[in-house]
Amino acid sequence: MFYRENGQFKSSYRADLALFPIAQDRWAMLALMAICFVAVPMLVSDYAFRAVLIPFLILSLAAIGLNILVGYCGQISLGTGAFMAVGAYAAYNLQVRIDGMPLVLSILGGGVAAMALGVVFGIPSLRIRGLYLAVATLAAQFFIDWFTNRVKWVTNDSPSGSVGVRSLEMLGYEFSTPVQKYLLCLCFVVVFGMLAKNLVRGAIGREWMAMRDMDVAAAVIGIRPVYAKLTAFAVSSFIVGVAGALWGFVHLGAWEPAAFGIEKSFQLLFMIIIGGLGSIAGCFFGAAFIVLLPLLLNYVPHWLGLPISTATASHLEHMIFGALIVFFLIVEPHGLARLWSTARQKLRLWPFPH
Amino acid sequence: MGFFLETLFGGLMVGMLYALVALGFVLIFKASGVFNFAQGAMVLFAALAMARFSEWFPQWFHFESKLLANVLGFVAAALCMVAVAWAVERFALRRLVNQEGITLLMATLGIANVLDGGGQLIFGSATYKIDIGMPKDPMLVLENVFEGGLLLNKEDLYAAVAAAALVALLTLFFQKTRTGRALRAVADDHQAAQSIGIPLGRIWVIVWSVGGLVALVAGIIWGSKLGVQYSISLVALKAFPVVILGGLTSVPGAILGGLIIGVGEKLSEIYLGPYVGGGIENWFAYVLALAVLLIRPQGLFGDKIIDRV
Repeated sequence: MFYRENGQFKSSYRADLALFPIAQDRWAMLALMAICFVAVPMLVSDYAFRAVLIPFLILSLAAIGLNILVGYCGQISLGTGAFMAVGAYAAYNLQVRIDGMPLVLSILGGGVAAMALGVVFGIPSLRIRGLYLAVATLAAQFFIDWFTNRVKWVTNDSPSGSVGVRSLEMLGYEFSTPVQKYLLCLCFVVVFGMLAKNLVRGAIGREWMAMRDMDVAAAVIGIRPVYAKLTAFAVSSFIVGVAGALWGFVHLGAWEPAAFGIEKSFQLLFMIIIGGLGSIAGCFFGAAFIVLLPLLLNYVPHWLGLPISTATASHLEHMIFGALIVFFLIVEPHGLARLWSTARQKLRLWPFPH
Repeated sequence: MGFFLETLFGGLMVGMLYALVALGFVLIFKASGVFNFAQGAMVLFAALAMARFSEWFPQWFHFESKLLANVLGFVAAALCMVAVAWAVERFALRRLVNQEGITLLMATLGIANVLDGGGQLIFGSATYKIDIGMPKDPMLVLENVFEGGLLLNKEDLYAAVAAAALVALLTLFFQKTRTGRALRAVADDHQAAQSIGIPLGRIWVIVWSVGGLVALVAGIIWGSKLGVQYSISLVALKAFPVVILGGLTSVPGAILGGLIIGVGEKLSEIYLGPYVGGGIENWFAYVLALAVLLIRPQGLFGDKIIDRV
């Protein structure tokens, strides 16, 4: 009833190509921004920021990065954790070794380092495809795991192998409370989310999608596979690297190599598959699902008052998590984003569908 | 020279185990097109079932015989794996027909979670022993050829023989039986097989059961060497480079790939490791596989990948 676009005429190409062509979408987006930037910081508790909102934002950012590679360009990657690690360690080194390095610059520097690695590990994708490539990207994961564990220079010769960031400071302003950290992450997510959205609907995004759908045919119509695949790897790992730097700096504060292990890679892949491959909005749904589900599974026995030992609870959690993943893949293989778009289609006609 | 050969043999023995796990992958991938990330979890589940049942049966039925306990434990564990195969087909695969490879891959990760959690929930999460009476004492061979001879582990030799026997048995099963022929038909072409009346669902149950049995054997060998615990499921991570090195669709490839990776890993750790700080076992296999793939994108023995437009 409220969500329909008749009467909204586009009189210029600019209007036709707008990011949100429907007025209701624009208003909804503005309202969402207002809620995120104004209402949430005023209403939500510190615990919720630390345990839910900050991880959610950072993981959605990483999921956007991964979705560009897997969902849009069709190159399955199981090495996302490694790119996050590179982002985090590079940002850490920039911060430690250069005096007075602005926070944002070192985080972006982490992204650039991850991008360089992404391009290197993207080169095999020109020859190897599909599941072979997926397994091959595990090489990046295990190599970086080993590298960050063994090479002392990376961790600034820290004896335990774990590194920490003392304070998040930029131009004399310190991000210390959870609210400030949340706003910092939110800014990154909004900026990169917009960038990603615009990239994937532009020329380069169409090249990626052509690559994904059939690379031989794409090459025949004049898309350079080298350029398309490597740019996808570059953009994807840049965003993942930035997310990794944020994860280390803002969420963890102090971390060791295990923080970016193979579980993280699988977790991110779960996010984009449950959220929806080839959809930016899906990344947020997927991240919310993966962040909230374990918390929920943790709390349910408490609410029901069941006396379960921690070991049993964690095994049960494993089982339920796995079963839910399979269930979701069965009922909606295209992810939550598809449900969302179906709902919107329905809403356009509601309440007179005929 | 003696030391080199010892390392080589050590590598071959480890490689045999990798090959066993990889074999499970290849069988399942060929017949159902699923890249089965749950293979490691299946090894853990099978080994846990074997360890616990062979411990429980003597308590339940009050007998002493070790052999009987092991045989009963093996049968019970095998039945467990068949049940797992049936459940996987019934609740997951059947509903995911025609989905993309990556969706199936994610589904097996979910199954791996269920098996990990379920196995430890039912059978407990401590470290358990599997004792099937393999001799632990080392032996010396070829003493007249080299000075000091070669130190080999009898246990490893028995394990290698068991693995080889299993492979031979599987080959016979695939080549000589009616079911084996149906399995090969499904592996070649799902649609064609279905159209001549081969029931896909039943074939999947069979092939997942066979995969489960292979996992059981791998789990027993691994478990009797090092004990059964959660870390056993990580052996699957070692088997991934093996399968892509050998080719996702090739049984001989899985075996040869396993041996290559096992030997390469050990030799590189000893002769290359000291120069770069050690611990390179973990990624060497992957880099080796990656290097081979750059030359042959389908692995050593995989079906050639043909692009059709």
